[in-house]
Amino acid sequence: MNGSEYVIDVSEINKYFGDKHVVNNLSLKIKRGEIVGFLGPNGSGKTTSIRMMCGLLTPDSGVGRCLGFDILTEREQIKRRVGYMTQRFSYWDDLSIHENLDFIARIYGMKNRREAVERSLETLGLTSRAKQLAGSLSGGWKQRLALAACMLHEPELLLLDEPTAGVDPKARREFWEELHHLASRGISVLVSTHYMDEAERCHKLAYISYGKLLAQGTAAEIIENQKLFTWSLSFGKLTPDLALVSEALKGTPGVDQVIMFGTSLHVTGKDEAALERTLRQLTEGSAMRLEPLQTSLEDVFIHLMNTSSADNFV
Amino acid sequence: MNNKSETIEVFSFSRWWGVVLKEFLQLRRDRITLIMIIGIPIMELVLFGFAINTDPKHQTTAVMVADHSEFSRNILSTLQNTDYFNIVKTVSSEVTARELLAKGEVQFVVSIPSDFSRKLLREEHPAILVEADATDPSAMGSAINALNQSIQKLIEKDFNGSLSYLSGASPAFEVRVHRLYNPEGITQYNIIPGLMGVILTMTMVMMTGLAMTRERERGTMENLLSTPVRPIEVITGKIVPYIFIGLIQSTIILIAGRFLFHVPFLGDIFKVYSAVLLFIAANLTVGITLSSLAQNQLQAVQLTFFYFLPSLLLTGFMFPFQGMPKWAQAIGSLFPMTYFNRLIRGILLKGNVWIELWPNIWPLILFTTVVMVIAIKFYRRTLD
Repeated sequence: MNGSEYVIDVSEINKYFGDKHVVNNLSLKIKRGEIVGFLGPNGSGKTTSIRMMCGLLTPDSGVGRCLGFDILTEREQIKRRVGYMTQRFSYWDDLSIHENLDFIARIYGMKNRREAVERSLETLGLTSRAKQLAGSLSGGWKQRLALAACMLHEPELLLLDEPTAGVDPKARREFWEELHHLASRGISVLVSTHYMDEAERCHKLAYISYGKLLAQGTAAEIIENQKLFTWSLSFGKLTPDLALVSEALKGTPGVDQVIMFGTSLHVTGKDEAALERTLRQLTEGSAMRLEPLQTSLEDVFIHLMNTSSADNFV
Repeated sequence: MNNKSETIEVFSFSRWWGVVLKEFLQLRRDRITLIMIIGIPIMELVLFGFAINTDPKHQTTAVMVADHSEFSRNILSTLQNTDYFNIVKTVSSEVTARELLAKGEVQFVVSIPSDFSRKLLREEHPAILVEADATDPSAMGSAINALNQSIQKLIEKDFNGSLSYLSGASPAFEVRVHRLYNPEGITQYNIIPGLMGVILTMTMVMMTGLAMTRERERGTMENLLSTPVRPIEVITGKIVPYIFIGLIQSTIILIAGRFLFHVPFLGDIFKVYSAVLLFIAANLTVGITLSSLAQNQLQAVQLTFFYFLPSLLLTGFMFPFQGMPKWAQAIGSLFPMTYFNRLIRGILLKGNVWIELWPNIWPLILFTTVVMVIAIKFYRRTLD
């Protein structure tokens, strides 16, 4: 571990594609054994950031270390010690599961190749399917194979780029159990995701939008720091057109965002007093019910998404 | 009632126009296809229009004159005047003459024997010997014809006055032609070894061209790049299976050439396979370079065609190399197939030895090395 307590320690890295500033002064630290969720809207620079951390892309400026190695000059050492799972399934469709794993084991020059492949097939429950072509696997099985393959060389750090996109809930749950299991063994994980339930399972979160890191910390800290207040507005026996009510609420004093949640609305705002006043006025004398609500991670992220995009269009 | 007005058209002009517009838009963004649409006709026009000549003139000729008389000088100038022969060397021994032919440095050796004029005047009907490299029968046919005709004219013109007795019924002298290496002028002897080059170029360049773009297209390249595997390992590792394929193809052609077409087999098999391996190596490096340049598999195939066309036309496979203008020969000299054609024909038909093969071996080695360096340079180690 080269003496540092951080497996990833990058500061102020930048990346441009043409005149597009894809990653903007990103600084991020990840401790050993932590699972860090990397969140942000599509095209916010998550994949680019991950690629820079594992030596697949060169930052245009900034410095950083991954597992104690310089991300600019010591890429080969980083590649050996990091497991990177690409967003798109990137193993060979025309090779069987066993052949894929065997190839990866050879590429990493593993001495106990045979055993490592067998063990990996066993722990991931792929033994019975070892001879099946990777291309014929379902999304969930492909993802299992990908994880098995990028874990094969026993990396100290996993960089997972939206690993559970298109995977069913049961397989996702199992996947996350595996991640926590790995983390308990001291393996660090940086995982990008769009799913809130997954975000809540991370030790820490980093939220990035338009290449800028907007929030980081534990889920509770991020919610706390945004200082948002949320009310649930439910309608009892009334069945109004929720979309109309929601439209009507938007832009009224104190209301920053309205989200439909089944038969109720979550109304969020930064100005506690104004928000409550507006809602009280609305519900007074009607059958609508108003309850204060703990602001959820999703409320926070949507808030972050809305405000950051607004900034960018100025 | 409204339903009645909703007719289902068999052909909708606006739908059709939508498809047409979409195709044009996509075509406009597909640079390589556009280049191909414009480039291929221009390339073919230039090649067929200017470079290729099925009636090659100015063929390299060596002369061996042992009879220094006016007759000899007249014959040589007649030779030059046909435009078919370009005298580049004067030799004094049969051995050197044969060597020049074996190396392919000259197409013809014209020898006038020492007692030519004496025998001529004595009406002994002496002979001029023309030795021709007949590996490519089409290259020499018209030159020989032209030679015979102009000699006939020379006799009519020169042998008048006191010498008119020589232009009588029977010709004063004869032109004896020796077709070396392929005495019967069988085209297959030339085509079949050459075909080996064509087939190897096509498969080797295209197959390896696809090998790398396939990884990129399927997204597996990103995976490879994130592992410790080195460019040189990926490139050479990908090449090996194709070397075997190339060897199998060559063996099939060799067997067919030997037993089906009875192509002569003067050289030894070791030389043949050495030439084949060298040529395969050259083509594989081209394929790997193309695959690093191409964005997808279709582009790789298109780029292969750009490479294949001049290889086919400018390298002496289809048309005599000697018959092309200098600039076309210069372009042809950039393609490994030019050298392979000479090597394989030299080995099989002429029984060339190493020293005679060397002038065509080193260009292949040089080509392979240079292109390999380019290939490794273009292989992107990161996704930048």
